[in-house]
Amino acid sequence: MHSGRNVYLIDGSRTPFLKTAGQPGKFKAADLAVAAGRPLLTRQPFLATDFDEIILGCVAPTADEANIGRIVSLRLGCGESTPAWTVARNCASGMQALDSAATNIALGRSDLALAGGTESMSHTPVLFSTEFVIWLGRWAKAKTIPDKLKTLTTLKPSCLVPIIGLLRGLTDPICGLSMGQTTEKIAYNFGITREAMDAFAVRSHKRLAAAADEQRFAGELETIYDNDGNSYNEDDGLRRDSTMEKLAKLRPVFDKPTGLVTAGNSAQITDGCAWLILASDVAVNKYGLIPRAQITDSQWAGVNPTQMGLGPVHASTPILQRHSLRLNDVDYWEINEAFAGQVLGCLAAWNSEQYCKNQLGLDSAMGELNQDRLNLDGGGVSMGHPVGASGARIVLHALHVLERNQWQQAMATLCIGGGQGGAMLIQRSTP
Amino acid sequence: MAKLKNWTIEERDNLCILTLDLPKQRQNVLSSAVITELDQALDQIEKLEIKGLIVKSAKATGFIAGADISEFQQIETGQQAAEFVQFSNQVINRIESLTMPSVAMINGHCLGGGLELALACDYRVATDEPAVRLGLPEVKLGIHPGFGGTVRLIEIIGVRSAMDLILSGRTVIPYVAKKMGVIDLCVPTRQLERAAEFVIDKKPPPKQAGGIDKIINFGPARYLMAQYLKRQVSSKAKESHYPAPYAVIELWKEHGGNRGAMLKAEQQSISKLFTTTTSKNLVKVFFLQEQLKKIGKSGMGKSGMGKSCRDENFQHVHIIGAGVMGGDIAAWCALRGLTVTLHDRSAEALARATKRAHQLFSKKLKQPRLVERAMDRFQQDAAGNGVASADVIIEAIFENAEAKIGLFSALAKIAKPDAILATNTSSIPLETISAALPKPGRLVGLHFFNPVAKMQLIEIVRGEKTYAKVSARAAAFANRIGRLPIPVKSSPGFLVNRVLMPYVLEAVELLKQGLPASLIDKVATNFGMPMGPITLADTVGLDICYQVGENLTKSFGGALPELLKRKVNDGHLGKKTGQGFYTWEKGRPKKGWFAKGNMTSARQVDDIEDRLVFRYLNECIACLHEGIVENRSQLDAALIFGTGFAPFTGGPINHITDQQPAAMLERLKQLHNRYGDRFKPSSGWDEFVIKNLP
Repeated sequence: MHSGRNVYLIDGSRTPFLKTAGQPGKFKAADLAVAAGRPLLTRQPFLATDFDEIILGCVAPTADEANIGRIVSLRLGCGESTPAWTVARNCASGMQALDSAATNIALGRSDLALAGGTESMSHTPVLFSTEFVIWLGRWAKAKTIPDKLKTLTTLKPSCLVPIIGLLRGLTDPICGLSMGQTTEKIAYNFGITREAMDAFAVRSHKRLAAAADEQRFAGELETIYDNDGNSYNEDDGLRRDSTMEKLAKLRPVFDKPTGLVTAGNSAQITDGCAWLILASDVAVNKYGLIPRAQITDSQWAGVNPTQMGLGPVHASTPILQRHSLRLNDVDYWEINEAFAGQVLGCLAAWNSEQYCKNQLGLDSAMGELNQDRLNLDGGGVSMGHPVGASGARIVLHALHVLERNQWQQAMATLCIGGGQGGAMLIQRSTP
Repeated sequence: MAKLKNWTIEERDNLCILTLDLPKQRQNVLSSAVITELDQALDQIEKLEIKGLIVKSAKATGFIAGADISEFQQIETGQQAAEFVQFSNQVINRIESLTMPSVAMINGHCLGGGLELALACDYRVATDEPAVRLGLPEVKLGIHPGFGGTVRLIEIIGVRSAMDLILSGRTVIPYVAKKMGVIDLCVPTRQLERAAEFVIDKKPPPKQAGGIDKIINFGPARYLMAQYLKRQVSSKAKESHYPAPYAVIELWKEHGGNRGAMLKAEQQSISKLFTTTTSKNLVKVFFLQEQLKKIGKSGMGKSGMGKSCRDENFQHVHIIGAGVMGGDIAAWCALRGLTVTLHDRSAEALARATKRAHQLFSKKLKQPRLVERAMDRFQQDAAGNGVASADVIIEAIFENAEAKIGLFSALAKIAKPDAILATNTSSIPLETISAALPKPGRLVGLHFFNPVAKMQLIEIVRGEKTYAKVSARAAAFANRIGRLPIPVKSSPGFLVNRVLMPYVLEAVELLKQGLPASLIDKVATNFGMPMGPITLADTVGLDICYQVGENLTKSFGGALPELLKRKVNDGHLGKKTGQGFYTWEKGRPKKGWFAKGNMTSARQVDDIEDRLVFRYLNECIACLHEGIVENRSQLDAALIFGTGFAPFTGGPINHITDQQPAAMLERLKQLHNRYGDRFKPSSGWDEFVIKNLP
């Protein structure tokens, strides 16, 4: 629990989440952050230069985006004298940014912060193999033509096979499993079926479609524009025609040929960014801001890397315990949908007496989480999971759901590749 | 020895540093006093036992901006000109003849005579600042380089690049100058001094053109090249209007490769050019431009429009309406470094405007990094949140009075109290729009022209109630975005459209009589207009012409030609629809050939020219008489920069006075008798003729 000063959420915005179409998208990670940030800052009663700091989460900025937080801060006009930094906690980088901003406000080190996450997964690099790089070094040293020819003969075709950075990033270097495989393991342990995963996926698409049709994202989603005369204002990963029959036809992509996790019940590879403005009481009074919610608690947890998808259970349970809350005492839950099987695994774990006793040290099972209060407007499976951005998006969206329904309390939580979980509890401010 | 006022000579480290610093001036220019003093300075320097000479400027703004143009206006005879040029050349030659190595240390703008002085040094080192310009823009004043610049530049960088710079008068950034060979080193400012000493110590062989350029310089190749260059130039400017570039080609054709002869011929040629009407008028135009710039800098002159606007700090412009006009204004402002929010409810309109902005930035800024910065300043604002923080708010929505009235009363509630509220309307009176404002005096017109990125002029429209301070600030804003402000009275058509319309309508009358469009246009461009009236109408859009025409006929009488109505009704709107008076393909009109023979005798051509030009001039006299602009020089400037009226004439009013006002009125009366009331002399003529009696 934060023991310091109050931390308020003032406003936020995000880009539409744009599906990767097999080639680098129109927007790099920094472009997305600028596109989402500009309209957000324009509607504030304070200046961009009034921020005490900018914190941006990003897992894989491109080679020319070192300390992407600073790049974006300058591009947004936050000024040379405003410090900015970048945080990475893999899939929770966006939530880490919020937590870091909140911590500094709570400690009294800052009063007004812009924090969020951005990711352009379509721009993750394609790399040369180390072997090829070594060969290039020798090639550069060979000065004479005979030397060059000789070096040329040593080049093996296998050296030229490019390494897809994105696939490396989505594979755990410690346990060697891909993220999809960690979900296969959870499904195996909790007996989660392919049908259950596919049904979850269909529901995610249906919920997102309804949310888009009813303009439920109007307050958080900003239209963005590329340089070629196109505008984007929809999460384009949405498949309105998604059905059980169609999903059933897809083949497993991770544990071939018999696995359960398919492209259809996994989060999509997506580009996107989400921001929130965080403020202390001092900033609220100084600029006449209207607090919309308070960050009441946050928690990080480590879990077995081979079951990283259970991270939310381990991160949010301690928060519930600290606040003496049961699962369904929280009005609304956002559990990031990295994989349908992984979210279902979390629900199964809370509902398992054995897991709760052995892994969480509880006396009994936490019980069944009411899915009518979970991911009401779709999630990663339907709208995609731009890894650095999702952690900020679920907090932003939870805020909007609370306001829409006049609910009080929401938990936003997500699993983190490498075996961690992150969770943040927010309380709506009532004027 | 008399103490020098403009130069200082300093000796250190076995070097001589010769620094130019015109007292109390913002920039250095080569006046005759400066050159005389340079001569004296060289007396001293020649006696020094040193390893080299560095010529530099003490001005942060630049090296030497060129000759002192105000002195040009005092040159009356060819003899005077020849004496000045000859003496200056002697002095410049002394630098070249120094036994020690010399280097020009170029810390900023280096133009005209300034560059010629630098070319006389053995070396030139320059800062790499991209804002800095180097070049020989003399042709823009109707003359050419006269301190040996044509000779030395050709020797150093070769005839092809040299002619490119001299004939066009275009200026280049240091990086390009380095690539062309104009300068030896292009370095960051922090290294400039060291670079100057470096070349003196290392003495690399001075730059000299070789290869093809050397071959072209001799024999028949030179004649062929000269022919080629003449053809190039003639497609841009007629020799009778702009003799200077032709004179440069002639100089080189006759004397290329023969240094002494060419230097001498250059002096004779420029002395002659100095006294041509073209040069006199272009110098006038230069000062007119300076005058317009000043309007933005120091308020609006006599008409009492407020005090200095130097302290204005415009940061954020909010533009409403992302059509072609609004979008392009937004892009231009972002290009000029301002933060822009562009409001439109249509995402498609914003997307189209964004694309055009990106095209503009890519073309002008080239470097991806700079293009990205500009794009970051260009913000689509569907919600219209930018109003609250904007310093300038420009409305560019469709021409509907009610919509504009509603918009401005809403804007006034949210905008900062000192934000400029401006409308880009071309047909709705400001008084109508501002009526609903709590303070109607806040509204001013900022009337841009299409295409925004090309048209230098902005009409600052003053309504009856517009506060003087507001119009002065609007002019300062125009200045801030690199545009020339011209204050005009809020009267239908303001100045530019008002004057252009009769000229375009007369062209349509000529069309109706069966004359080919391309002939009419040709007559106009031969007169010196940048674009023929028919091409102009098609480019602006016939619907727009019709709209402006209707607005004007409502107030001033007359009728629009049926032909124009028909075109608009048929949806043939000009360039944008591919069909207007011309058929357009890939953005170019298909002009075809017109028969040169019997149909167009010289007399007929004169008649066409007079019909076009006199309707234009007649309207100018009317505007002057009605006080649409403050004075005749502002009118001349506005119409040169706003309509491209033949610059070598010095502007329409200057043209009338040059041609004898009484004779001009006589001709107008003839046209009136022959063609009817369209040519009825407007009421200002008699007064104008009397005032301008010789």
